[in-house]
Amino acid sequence: MSKPKVALYWAASCGGCEIGQLEIGDKLLKLAAAVDIVFWPVAMDVKYKDVATMADGNIDVCLFNGGVRNSEQEHIAHFLRSKSKIMIAYGACAYGGGVPGLANLFNKELIFNRVYLETPSTSNEQKVVPLTSAKVAEGELTLPEFYDTVKTLAQTVKVDYTIPGCPPEERTTWLALEALIEGKMPPEGAVISHSAKSVCDDCPRQRNVKKVKKFYRTYEIATEKDLCLLEQGLLCAGIATRGGCKAPCPQANMPCTGCYGPVEGVVDQGAHFLSAVASVIDSNKPDEIQKIIEDIRDPVGTFYRYSLPGSLLRRAKV
Amino acid sequence: MKRITIDPVTRLEGHGKIEIFLDDAGNVANAYFQVPELRGFEKFTEGRLAEDMPQITQRICGVCPEAHHMASTKALDEIFHVTPPSTAKKLRELLYSAFYVTDHSTHFYILAGPDFIMGPEAPVAERNILGVIAKVGLELGGAVIKTRQQNHHIIHMLGGRAVHPVFGMPGGVSKGLTEEERKEVEQISRDSIEFARLSLKVFDDIVLKNIAYVDMIMSDTYTHQTYYMGLVDDNNKVNFYDGKLRVVDPDGKEFAKFAPKEYLNQIAEHVEPWSYMKFPYLKTIGWKGFVDGKDSGVFRVAPLARLNAASGMATPLAQAEYQRFFDTFHGKRVHHTLATHWARLIELLYAAERALELSKDPEITSTNIRTIPTATPDEGVGVVEAPRGTLIHHYTTDDKGIIKKANLIVATVNNAAAISMSIKKAAMGLIKGGKEVSEGLLNRIEMSWRAYDPCFGCATHSLPGELPLEVTIRDSQGNVVNKLGQHLHEH
Repeated sequence: MSKPKVALYWAASCGGCEIGQLEIGDKLLKLAAAVDIVFWPVAMDVKYKDVATMADGNIDVCLFNGGVRNSEQEHIAHFLRSKSKIMIAYGACAYGGGVPGLANLFNKELIFNRVYLETPSTSNEQKVVPLTSAKVAEGELTLPEFYDTVKTLAQTVKVDYTIPGCPPEERTTWLALEALIEGKMPPEGAVISHSAKSVCDDCPRQRNVKKVKKFYRTYEIATEKDLCLLEQGLLCAGIATRGGCKAPCPQANMPCTGCYGPVEGVVDQGAHFLSAVASVIDSNKPDEIQKIIEDIRDPVGTFYRYSLPGSLLRRAKV
Repeated sequence: MKRITIDPVTRLEGHGKIEIFLDDAGNVANAYFQVPELRGFEKFTEGRLAEDMPQITQRICGVCPEAHHMASTKALDEIFHVTPPSTAKKLRELLYSAFYVTDHSTHFYILAGPDFIMGPEAPVAERNILGVIAKVGLELGGAVIKTRQQNHHIIHMLGGRAVHPVFGMPGGVSKGLTEEERKEVEQISRDSIEFARLSLKVFDDIVLKNIAYVDMIMSDTYTHQTYYMGLVDDNNKVNFYDGKLRVVDPDGKEFAKFAPKEYLNQIAEHVEPWSYMKFPYLKTIGWKGFVDGKDSGVFRVAPLARLNAASGMATPLAQAEYQRFFDTFHGKRVHHTLATHWARLIELLYAAERALELSKDPEITSTNIRTIPTATPDEGVGVVEAPRGTLIHHYTTDDKGIIKKANLIVATVNNAAAISMSIKKAAMGLIKGGKEVSEGLLNRIEMSWRAYDPCFGCATHSLPGELPLEVTIRDSQGNVVNKLGQHLHEH
């Protein structure tokens, strides 16, 4: 049997996924022996031409990270989809849009105005902004088109599997790669992680089903070492976030921010997180509840940190 | 008019595109350096909780998240008017030093080293890390991997995660260091110092003892007289984590020295319609276009600039190397862009020495790692030296600590104008009279910017990585007359 052909690519993300992939360290050699990596820009010289001339479906698996922010990324997503039998959304940006997906609270015009016209260090009396086609003395220069809305990979092309995380932890990446090497991929559509349950299942902190009268900001309090952060009043997303990461953030005394996406069976992670938060509020009085909730001052950034484009909200009207 | 497109450029961290226009005689008429992506962090951070900014803004770049995390955390100290306990500052600097060791060694061996170690015209298939290991030996190759892994381990230990750490808070850090961990850090730092010294020896043997390489470094093709900027401590020594920003002119005289919060008096940014990246310049001199010299506001940042902007290194071994560096070039300031690689190795040694100092500090295992802020938040500027240069985060908040405005001037962006100029000069020096443009020649043009270690994850919020090279040469009607390499775009 010939070795599976694998492609790895990135779009609108930060490169942390590539660094995370390199974290598998020595296992890279095992991977290299088991599969034929035909396209991995971060680690090897790429033969685009070889990919371009391949018949459709010639690549067995494509791991695609990053959201779709501009015309070039959209083009490449379609291109790699057509060449690949299996398309995997790798990491939080391809999955839910990721942190850059918070740009869906604004649009192209508002972003351009801020970046190129308003920031206090920008000096731009002529109000120049980047153009998809710009004339210079010697000819024309082109740029990809910046879209109003960040899209997830699944909103752009058909996705067969998802690997969650910002970036996926080394163990999660290896779980998926091992399944691939051994030809034991889970049923189509699966989110590949060690856990279908929440981060709380991974977290060593103790839960006492205690309710809270007040939510705190992380900088406001010193937390107890071994107790659940949510029950200490921090907005820890662990309760509404898929586990498998081994809860590194709560173990560093900081709340989970939700990078592994929703738990199995939940579509909208933010709505789930919000309802979980509501359930720990220690009050039955509407006025008091209202007051407690008012302390949550950035609901979108808190509940949808990595998943706004992929959520039911998708974007804000501006 | 013919044009050559290098799109995207290989072995640098992110997307970038070079357009070279030839005149009718086949000489370079102009060269443009374009960045094709933007993500807009300056806008969508509005409305976020200030204390979430270290974790949000580090998603600008997964290669140097530590730099954004740290600049952001320092901005929070100022916003919340809180001074972290000294142990917290030292833990931040310790993580940051370990990060420098990983980042600088990655750049030297994986991204830039191949040009020197294998030679700029070596076959493409050998001009990579595997070729480097084959030439320098498995032992050194193994040391590269081990040094990176061990220092990533320190980042994980202190920061909570190996990629995208979570430990920065206004007034301190979320996690301390145990005595057992401290011992491990001390040993890793000792190993890292030896690795840095070995790397400097490799540079000596392979580059400095090769007259052809030295001539290339010293050549006008790779030289620009510009201003230089970098953070310095109270003694004007290079500092990555804290201090004042110092600017020297092309003659090496101090031009400005200012606290980070005064950056708006000193730095402004120019916009061009053909790139998503802006072009910073010295405000008091002004934007005079893509030109060097004392009358142009163009300045440079990153390792060479930091060494130029300072008067020395704060650790003994690195100081000796600093002295040797300037003695070798017979000058107070070095304008040769390719000397950046040597400067980077001197900084690698400093980072490892600094990590060792901090790991032996009696305070480093103290549990006093946070001061809980009580003042009303308002505004703050956080500056660090990212490996690729000065990094500025500036936020204003409302009285609840919600971000109202954010401004980010990122390391690679500070070098945007200089990178453009370096590419143009290299292209003009290397492409003449319409002679056939070989892949090796184009690699020599790429070398002019690879020295800056540009990171477009940082600059535009695109991605790091290595992409194939496509060169398209067109005639004046836009017809393709020649093609080299491969690329990812349809023209």
